[in-house]
Amino acid sequence: MPDAIEKVSIIISKGSLEGVYPGLIMANGARAEGIEANLFFTFFGLDVIHKERHDHSNPGLHFATLLGGLPGVSSVMTNYMAHKMDKLDIPPIPEFIEMIADTGAGLYACKASVDLFGLEKNDFIPQVADIITVGEFYEKAAGGQIIFT
Amino acid sequence: MPTKTYDGVEVVVDEQGFFADPAQWREAMAAKIAAQEGVDELTDRHWQVIKFMRHEYDEKGTGPSVRALGKTSGVSVKELYQLFPKGPAKLAAKIAGIPKPRGCI
Repeated sequence: MPDAIEKVSIIISKGSLEGVYPGLIMANGARAEGIEANLFFTFFGLDVIHKERHDHSNPGLHFATLLGGLPGVSSVMTNYMAHKMDKLDIPPIPEFIEMIADTGAGLYACKASVDLFGLEKNDFIPQVADIITVGEFYEKAAGGQIIFT
Repeated sequence: MPTKTYDGVEVVVDEQGFFADPAQWREAMAAKIAAQEGVDELTDRHWQVIKFMRHEYDEKGTGPSVRALGKTSGVSVKELYQLFPKGPAKLAAKIAGIPKPRGCI
């Protein structure tokens, strides 16, 4: 049998629904299997750990190009998905982030993006352990798998 | 299917050691399964989770997710991971003698 995965470092670089959920589900799922997990938020992925956006982060489905021009279509789809996710026991993003922090996974913000957007530690939810450089990211990721989403 | 012997009784388990037949489980087996999984002592808090797992399985035919456990077992997600560091839903299901929950959350 191949060696079991013992540690994952997951990078979330997008702020859309399909950009955020897969990484969160993989991090949470890793912890549920007893695998060590760290989450790194970069670029628009930072939205989900930003204090002000965190509470009402409800990313669109990015159907905008197709249907979003029609009034109300995007929000109807998002509501439909939110309802469906709730039925499937998939938490809303703010609750999911808090739960993942409670599982013992580390939450980190990428320094380059933080500087780019003119943010500081105080702008993030308290579960964020630190703002780290790419070099520090590689140190934390050492010995495990890196997953970029 | 492989078998294991707990508390002097031979039980049928799957490849990962989860009970194939939850009816074969006895409370006296829990501490033996737990020790084998690195949980050396079962406290009252562990038992609260184990009994909840059994109850949920009896009601719904499957063990709960960590999220459901955190919301309804009376033990928070944080404490669940302190009690069962190698994965609360998975470990508690194994110790409680029920099949592994298959949810993604």
